[in-house]
Amino acid sequence: MTQQRANDFTIRVATVNGSGSQSSNLVLTNAIFRLGIPAAPKNVFPSNIEGLPTWFDVRISPEGYQCRTRDVDILVALNAATWQTDVVGVKPGGTIVHEASYPIAGDTKRDDVTYYAVPFIEIGKKQIENGALRKYLVNMIYVGVLAQLLGIDAETIEAAVKTQFRSKPKAVETNMQAVRLGLDYAAEHLPKNDPYRLERMTGKTDGLMFMDGNRAAALGCLMGGCTVAAWYPITPSSSLCESFIGLCDTYRVDPDTGERNVAIVQAEDELAAAGMVFGAGWAGARAMTSTSGPGLSLMAEYAGYGYYAEIPGVIFDVQRAGPSTGLPTRNMQGDVAFAYQLSHGDTKHLVLMPATVQEAYEFGMESFDIAERFQTPVFVLSDLDLGMNSWMTPALPYPEKRFDRGKVLSADDLTRIGSWGRYRDVDGDGIPYRTLPGTKHSEAGYFTRGTGHDEEARYSELPEVFKRGLDRLVRKHETARSAMPQPILDEADHPVGIIAYGTTHHAVVEARERLGADGVQTDYLRVRALPFSAEVASFIGRHERVYVVEQNRDGQLYSLLRAELPTHIISRLHSIRHYNGVPIDAHAILDPLLEAERQPAVVAD
Amino acid sequence: MATETPVNVNIVGLAREVYKGLPTTLCAGCGHNSITNHLIKALYEYGVEPHRLAKMSGIGCSSKTPAYFVEQAHGFNGLHGRMPSAATGAKLANRELMVLGISGDGDTASIGLGQYCHMIRRNVDCTYLVENNGCYGLTKGQFSATADVGSTLKTGKVNELETIDVCGLAIELGATFVARSFSGDGKQLIPLLQAALSHRGTSIVDIISPCTTFNDHVGSTKSYAYVKEHDFMLHTPDFIHGSQEIVVDYEPGTVQDIEFEDGSHILLRKLDVAYDATDRSGALQTIHSARERGELVTGLLYSQSKIPDLCEREKLPQRPLAQLGEEDLRMPREAWDKLMAV
Repeated sequence: MTQQRANDFTIRVATVNGSGSQSSNLVLTNAIFRLGIPAAPKNVFPSNIEGLPTWFDVRISPEGYQCRTRDVDILVALNAATWQTDVVGVKPGGTIVHEASYPIAGDTKRDDVTYYAVPFIEIGKKQIENGALRKYLVNMIYVGVLAQLLGIDAETIEAAVKTQFRSKPKAVETNMQAVRLGLDYAAEHLPKNDPYRLERMTGKTDGLMFMDGNRAAALGCLMGGCTVAAWYPITPSSSLCESFIGLCDTYRVDPDTGERNVAIVQAEDELAAAGMVFGAGWAGARAMTSTSGPGLSLMAEYAGYGYYAEIPGVIFDVQRAGPSTGLPTRNMQGDVAFAYQLSHGDTKHLVLMPATVQEAYEFGMESFDIAERFQTPVFVLSDLDLGMNSWMTPALPYPEKRFDRGKVLSADDLTRIGSWGRYRDVDGDGIPYRTLPGTKHSEAGYFTRGTGHDEEARYSELPEVFKRGLDRLVRKHETARSAMPQPILDEADHPVGIIAYGTTHHAVVEARERLGADGVQTDYLRVRALPFSAEVASFIGRHERVYVVEQNRDGQLYSLLRAELPTHIISRLHSIRHYNGVPIDAHAILDPLLEAERQPAVVAD
Repeated sequence: MATETPVNVNIVGLAREVYKGLPTTLCAGCGHNSITNHLIKALYEYGVEPHRLAKMSGIGCSSKTPAYFVEQAHGFNGLHGRMPSAATGAKLANRELMVLGISGDGDTASIGLGQYCHMIRRNVDCTYLVENNGCYGLTKGQFSATADVGSTLKTGKVNELETIDVCGLAIELGATFVARSFSGDGKQLIPLLQAALSHRGTSIVDIISPCTTFNDHVGSTKSYAYVKEHDFMLHTPDFIHGSQEIVVDYEPGTVQDIEFEDGSHILLRKLDVAYDATDRSGALQTIHSARERGELVTGLLYSQSKIPDLCEREKLPQRPLAQLGEEDLRMPREAWDKLMAV
């Protein structure tokens, strides 16, 4: 037996989609977390309801790394179809817990790993009486086996099972029985012969909880005052609106009358969903839709209308791997450039890019303020990794700010000011005033249109009027530049900088620590919104080389930086890209970065 | 002091002038302009408050018309075929708005067919007019999907494709108010428009509206001459506003009286054949057989009241969602803390 490895390894559970392994996986994750050990689960699942392979990775690290790692230290093999490739993927020195009937021969016969054969199927047949649930409960046996092998006590497992089935107390005992089958089998038949163990930690997980980004965004919508939501089901965004529906069923219903302070419509397609959002935004409601890439393509028409007619609306894009249908259940930051410029003609939108669960909540909430303040579509670019995986997060704070409803003129305002024009730039910030339909004043009405219009919202084809309108929209965009969430900087005068955004952040955190250990100290700027803050150009200007890391093939943010920043600094930018559908890991950053840094003379793009 | 009401105002005290809009930019003789004039009269007589009116449209000649009436009201000239979704959002945001959508046959039956269908399925409370001329006017006369089989373009090109009957389709989809009329028949159209405004739910009014520039020739089935010759009127409608008393006397069996949620009535005076405007399959039958005869059936084809509209089904409060604030929409801090404690 090699040196002991406590609290620093990755467990991969390979199962078949539809076999109910998600509950077992979450129980395992929660049990580890209850030991005070940071855990980062990632679900790698197929676009399928039942039958295709699915993997669940739990990364355990004392540092609390939240990003994926390529290493698999412990494999739980419960899928015959992927048995061979799963075994090959285990790190030398690793451990394999597998269904006893799987053959160990050829590629699956390795002498650098430890095998624990468990007759899951047989145990299930003999000892789980409930035939209907057997398929699901067999997965719970592996939790017991791992608990025994890694040293998770029965009380902790039971607490985790109770958490998982808190809405179905009857299921707790059934599942605990299956866990005990695994615990007992391992105690009796599997002498410990590997280095991996879990040891209780303190101070690492205090005050943290697990939540996925879609639920956090839904909480943001709830507390941000969203009253109209329109959506079309699409992976990986569906659970955002479904979470919102669930929350509204509890928190937006008057218990006495049954009346609901929200309208949620499942639309016929994403374009109609966007239409409902901008119709509602025009009429004064805080409205949102959530979608993913293919839906965003359909929404392009209304996004342009919202931009040009200046109507608030929030569009959550939980990005997945594209183009086209792409990989619906895999990750990508593939919509950055598209969302930013979504529409024909000249268009520049406001975009928020949350990296954490807390930001998914905060930006989800703030997006409504920004949309109403700037009277324009706001895109919240999450991704599958943030949206659908569970992350450790501090409890989300209760909002302290009131809603910012923006420049809306009431009937009294109209009487007071006498004259107004819908698209006049009264304040010089490019943001006009609006009235809402229903305002009881003879001057309140105006004609909203996607056609050319003047400051009074009248149709106009005059060249100077059209250009003036487009120029004012640029002024508005410039005002937003400093009003959007500003970048987060971690800087100490190093010559090398890194720029990243969204979930790439978590891999950057680990990569920077490893780079530092290799003697390459880096500064870091995390972009949180578009348009770019002035701080971004300034950061680049302070560094000799800046690596822009992102999860798409074409270096979309890198290209936007090159397009928008002064020419004398853009030669400092270098692009690092990751785009195979699985979330980025630290090596995808530090390997190319180290290579480039070792040959600074040939760094070029 | 004299308390006499000036004679030239309606029940909400507004002059007819208020219901007018900007001068039309459509062609002289366009059926749409007649519809606008009928609409102005209908809205004036009905006593619509301009601030409550939301005029919504898509793209095309028809969709320009919201600029030509009730200038004080808010207008939303949106995207081609996508007005129903915007109308749905607007109504959800503020259910006090009277949503009046104006569309055309290209907007409704081609590019916007999907949204048209789903607006009807949801029974969004709005009045939706189709200014139907069987062709694309603004792009110079191509066929639309409501062109009849065998009708011709000015160039002589014959339409071989089956027509989409927006009324038949609406009834099939569960529409709760479906009427058809002709831009040249204000006597029929105005009461139908007022009934459509009274009806709670989606009211479809398909109005054949000849395009004098591209579709008013021999060979067109949407020309003035053709429609006048083939108009098969089901009944003579009279609208009685909820604020008025019904004082008309009629022989039993000669009139169908349909009451709307706001207390208004439409009286359908029988003509040659008996017709029951509350019989769904009968309405479809009538539409089909009229088409087979090459006739255009007009009147209130179908009406069904007391079907919940979208806002009712969503259980929305009477107070518009757009007016709700933090205190209505955010849970108290204690509830939040409890939620976060899990």
